[in-house]
Formats: sequence, C-alpha cells, structure tokens
Amino acid sequence: MKYIDEFRDGDLARGLSAAIRQIADPARRYHFMEFCGGHTHAISRYGVSDLLPDNVRMIHGPGCPVCVLPIGRVDMAIRLALECGVILCTYGDTLRVPASDSLSLMKAKARGGDIRMVYSSADALKIAQANPDKQVVFFAIGFETTTPPTAVAIKQARALGLKNFSVLCCHVLTPSAISTILESPEVRQWGTVPLDGFIGPAHVSTIIGSRPYEFFAEEYRKPVVIAGFEPLDVMQAILMLVKQVNDGRAVVENEFSRAVTRDGNVKAQNLVAEVFELRRQFEWRGLNVVPYSGLRIRKEFADFDAEKRFPVAYVSVTDNKACECGAILRGVKKPQDCKIFGTVCTPENPVGSCMVSSEGACAAHYTYGRYKDFQ
Amino acid sequence: MSEVKRGYVRPLDIKNGRIDLSHGSGGRAMAQLIEELFAAAFDNEFLRQGNDGALLPVPTGGRMVMAVDAHVVSPLFFPGGDIGCLSVHGTINDVAVMGAKPLWLSASFILEEGFPLADLKRIVDSMAAAAKEAGVPIVTGDTKVVEQGKGDGVFITTTGVGIVPEGVNLSGDLAQPGDRILISGTLGDHGMAIMAERESLGFSAPIQSDTAALHGLIETLLTSGAKVRVLRDPTRGGLATTLNEIARQSKVGMMLQEKALPVNPEVAAACEFLGLDPLYVANEGKLVVIVAAEDEEKALAAMRAHPLGQRAVAVGSVHEDPHHFVQMTTAFGGKRIVDWLTGEQLPRIC
Repeated sequence: MKYIDEFRDGDLARGLSAAIRQIADPARRYHFMEFCGGHTHAISRYGVSDLLPDNVRMIHGPGCPVCVLPIGRVDMAIRLALECGVILCTYGDTLRVPASDSLSLMKAKARGGDIRMVYSSADALKIAQANPDKQVVFFAIGFETTTPPTAVAIKQARALGLKNFSVLCCHVLTPSAISTILESPEVRQWGTVPLDGFIGPAHVSTIIGSRPYEFFAEEYRKPVVIAGFEPLDVMQAILMLVKQVNDGRAVVENEFSRAVTRDGNVKAQNLVAEVFELRRQFEWRGLNVVPYSGLRIRKEFADFDAEKRFPVAYVSVTDNKACECGAILRGVKKPQDCKIFGTVCTPENPVGSCMVSSEGACAAHYTYGRYKDFQ
Repeated sequence: MSEVKRGYVRPLDIKNGRIDLSHGSGGRAMAQLIEELFAAAFDNEFLRQGNDGALLPVPTGGRMVMAVDAHVVSPLFFPGGDIGCLSVHGTINDVAVMGAKPLWLSASFILEEGFPLADLKRIVDSMAAAAKEAGVPIVTGDTKVVEQGKGDGVFITTTGVGIVPEGVNLSGDLAQPGDRILISGTLGDHGMAIMAERESLGFSAPIQSDTAALHGLIETLLTSGAKVRVLRDPTRGGLATTLNEIARQSKVGMMLQEKALPVNPEVAAACEFLGLDPLYVANEGKLVVIVAAEDEEKALAAMRAHPLGQRAVAVGSVHEDPHHFVQMTTAFGGKRIVDWLTGEQLPRIC
C-alpha cells in the first residue's frame, strides 16, 4: 500500500487546504469541473470538498462511462441476451443501469438471460473459448482507458480463429464530450454554468496524453490540470487551477506526471486506430447526439462486430421525464436539485444512470454526502 | 459389537465414490451414508438416539435463543477454512452474540448428484472438528440429494440453540448516545480470502479467512463486567452494514474514525486492486461491541486477553442523529457517510 497511502496523507491534505485558502481570492468564486467519475468518487469518498474554502466549488462532469450510456444501447445488450440467446459479458457497473420496459441487465439475467460479469475483455475471450457452441458478446463500454483492451481482445479472437466471439462497441471519446460542454449554451451563451477550468482525466490521459487538451486551453481560454485519482492529486490540481485563474493564464498543466506524458501511449493509440474508426455520431445520455464522439469496429474486423452479426439496430429512447441526469452530467444541476433524488431514485432503485455507478454524481452524493442536505 | 459378525455390507467408497440420487431416497444407501459418514463423524449421545428428532434436556433458568444460517459459499474450500467449519461457526456466532451459551446444533445438507464423497468427508470432518472444538454437538440432521445442475456441490443449513443467563440483556436497539464502538480485530479477511481464491481473478494473495467461533471471546468479555449494550458479528455487508443495522434499530447516529480501522495490509492491497472497501467485506470471526463509554478500556482489556481479540480496538462512537447516519472522519481529514451496502459486493461468500 506504499505509493498509495502517500497520496492519501491527512497532514499533507491540511497543508494543501491551507495553501488553497491562502491564494483563493475572497472577492471571487471559482468553479472547476472534474471531468472524470474517478475524481468525483475520490472527492466524495475522502471528503475533499470539506477541505476547500466556500468560494471554490467542484462541478461534477460527464466522465462516468456507465452514466453516459444511453438507454437504447443497454436495450441492445438486453436483446442480445434475451432474444439472440448469446452469452453477454459485461463490466459489473453496467448490470444495474435502467433500460426500457423496467429492465436492466441484472433483471434480464433473472429472466433467464445468460449475462456474466467480467473484470476484463480477456475474461470474455476465455468464456468464448470455453463455450464453442454458444455465441459470446462482450458489451464494450468506456472511454479511452478501456478501448485498448477491447482492441486486444478482438485481435486475439482473430488470431485464435474464434467464430463465436463478438463485441458490442459503445466506446466513447473524452475530448468530444469536453467540447460539447464548452459549446453548450449554458456555458457559452447564458453563463448559467460558470466554468473556470477543468481537472483533466487521469487514466484516459495515460492513453491519449495531455496534447488533446491544449485546444481547449487555447480556444476556450480554460485552464486544464490533468490529475491522478488520489485525493491529494485532486487537491494539488485545484491549487494549480486557482493559481492559473488568479494569473489569468489558461494552459494545460500536468499534475499526474508520474503516469501521463504529452503524447500518451502511442502503442495503445495505434492499436485502437487499427481496430476502430470514428462513428459519424453517437448518442450520449445527457449530451444527446454528439458528432464524431464514439467508435465503431472497422470493416476489416467486421466479423467481430455484434451489431453486424445480430439483428439489433440502435433505437433511441428518451430518458424518464422526471430524471435530471442529463442536466447533472452537463453541470447545469446538482443531484439534490432533482425532484426524485433520494425519494424515487435511490442506489437500490436507480431511475437515472447517475445513480448507478459509484462514479456517478448522484450515487456519490447519495452514498457519501447526503448528510449535508440535512444540516 | 465385535462378537457379532458384520453383515454383508459393502462400505462406502469414500475415495472414489460420488453422491447419487439413491443417497437421498430414504433407502439403504441413505442409511449407509448417514451411518458411515455423518453419524460416525458427529457422534454424540443425542445423535445416537437414532430417532427423527433429538430428545434434549430442558435447561432451567434463563431464556432460550434459536438461530438458523444457510451456507452456500463458493468455492467450498478456501484458505483458512471450508463450508463445513463455516457452517458451524456462523450459527454458533449468531447464538453467541445474543449473549447466549450455545448448546446444540442441527445440520441439514442439500447434496448435488455427482458430488465426490471424498470432498463430502472432508467437509463433514471439518464440521465435526469445529463442533468438537467449540463444545457444541450436532444433535440432529437431514440429507437431501438434488439432480445434477440443481445445486452447487453442497449447501449446508445449521440451526443453533443456546441459553442466555439471567442478567444478560443484549439487543440491537440498546445503543445509546455516548457509547463506544469496538471491533475485535482486522476487517475483511474472510471476504477477501474467498475473492482471492476465485479462479476467474487469477489472483493469489496469502489471505486467510478469519472463520472462528466467537462464544469464548464473548464469554470473556461479558464476565469482565463491562456494560455491553450490543454484540454483532459483521458478516455479509461487513462492518458498515452491521453498524447501519444497529443505528437504525437503536435510532442513533454513529461516527467512525477511518484511521482507527484495523485492516491487514494484504487485505487492504487486494481491496484496492479490486476496487472494494474493507468496510463492506465480510468477516466470519469478528465481533462488533457497543459498550458504555466508561467501560471502553475494561472491555478492550478483556477482549485483548483472548486469542481472538488480540487486535481489539475502539473505532468510533454513538451520538444522537434523527437520520441515523453512520458517518466517518476520513484519514484524509474530510467527512462522509458510511452507507448501507448497495447491490452485492461479492456473491456467495458464506
């Protein structure tokens, strides 16, 4: 646990807290968005916001892979399991995401769907090898971090000559989501979402590097500090963001230099480019249809594309009307602003996707911070 | 017996034999399985009566406690234990945390067709050893066999009966503001031992399950005279879930200190790796104690004097809170809720 505990040290946290307090200008307010669900989780779990002065506020962003998955995509996975009779392999977080007809993958499993939780794409591949008489589909979700392992699985499946393995590709791209938020009327026109800077992704940036964020700093004049997922990383990034705002600077800085370089992991990038290509558009929960924001499997690997192998076309489904996940993912609303938060929508019975994953803004606030709503 | 020539009975082939449907049919095969495997291992005066039920002497004084626990753990054998000793410890602990002296156990087996007799013998021997060590005999039992694919090797349900002496009054609704929260040792050992053993993870860490019978530790604690309000064994859902149950029953809030929580470094590392929180991981040999503040030291000293309580520590306190939140001051310096477990963290751990 050495190398981890050091990034959770309470004494260092108090030091950083004092430093932020000292340089934060009491005459102004600071609003920073942490893009990643990993940061949202760290902030809630370690109580980071308790260590920040009142005029520094964190806005939770859309970087939770499960949260941005639209209902229609989960519906496709359920149809694969229930109607096409495949063994559907999925990451655990996805099991409870609400879909159409009051279903979820968990409920589809109870109805007899062969749905299995895996920890990696390699596990799905093993299941395919062990069940040669069954079709096995890996439900591939996530940002740039989970994309290279999916590419590896597809290439291995080809090398092994597996005829019963395919992938339902729902991988999405971080920079597109950031652009969408910066272009949203709430940020650009109306200013209802004041945004003074971003905490940039940790794991995603190990793959794509820090270069892709330079555009946001230059074009939109927003500081970006890439930070690791430990609570001290987050505090250090906030300190760096406050400094940039005070100095009137807007550049990309890298707090997570122990893992992130400017160019990222070129080998992984090449692997992804070999197997995947851009979709013209992809629907996100909360951000609607975003052009060039998702990946699909290249036609050279079409044999492993579940969307080509099975009759499951994507059908867009509107979210529950009362659910504010969309506005929460864009930073327009806070979880406690939602009428059904904690009453109708709870972690046991999530209505919206933000209540599902521990990285979701609603689940994080419900699980770790709701006592503040009663003080 | 020796002067009577044994009849034409072919003994069970423990080494290579397997359970088949005839072992649950009520006929000769079942009688033989019971006699040669179960009765031989569990042997005691009540079981020897050989009737449909055990005739037991009615204890005088005190109140009776009865608890039942079904065990479906996968894998059946894990570092530090197996489903057999677990099924004995689990039920003894449920009886003992009521403040009772456990007296008798029953055991009901659901066996899957095809299950190796050698594995069954290992499990039964482990149960017999655990029961003997605890001094709590298995006085009655039942065996059923289900078709292949309808079970998972073996499921074991045990029931325990015990007596609470006069003057001992423990219940989940007795925690009061000001009370202290103690734990008898490290968190999460059982759950992580099971998780590490699951082959799908390919993860091998030297983590041993903490499965143990707690009635000895509890007796030591209660004899110390400390004003104990509540005892619980934090099994599924871990310490977090157990404390939430007590907070709700007693209508109080709780505040934990993250720095005080005892966790073995290997368990902490495995949890970190898998994204789990030791607060929610199961224990099978740990005791949560809610004790009056003035008796904190007395209770801790008593527990530390027992082999199962050497690492006993205070981890938090009870306060008034209309919302019954269990909260924690993080080692980082912030505050957060320690909520009920949502969904399942690890399936089939006990």
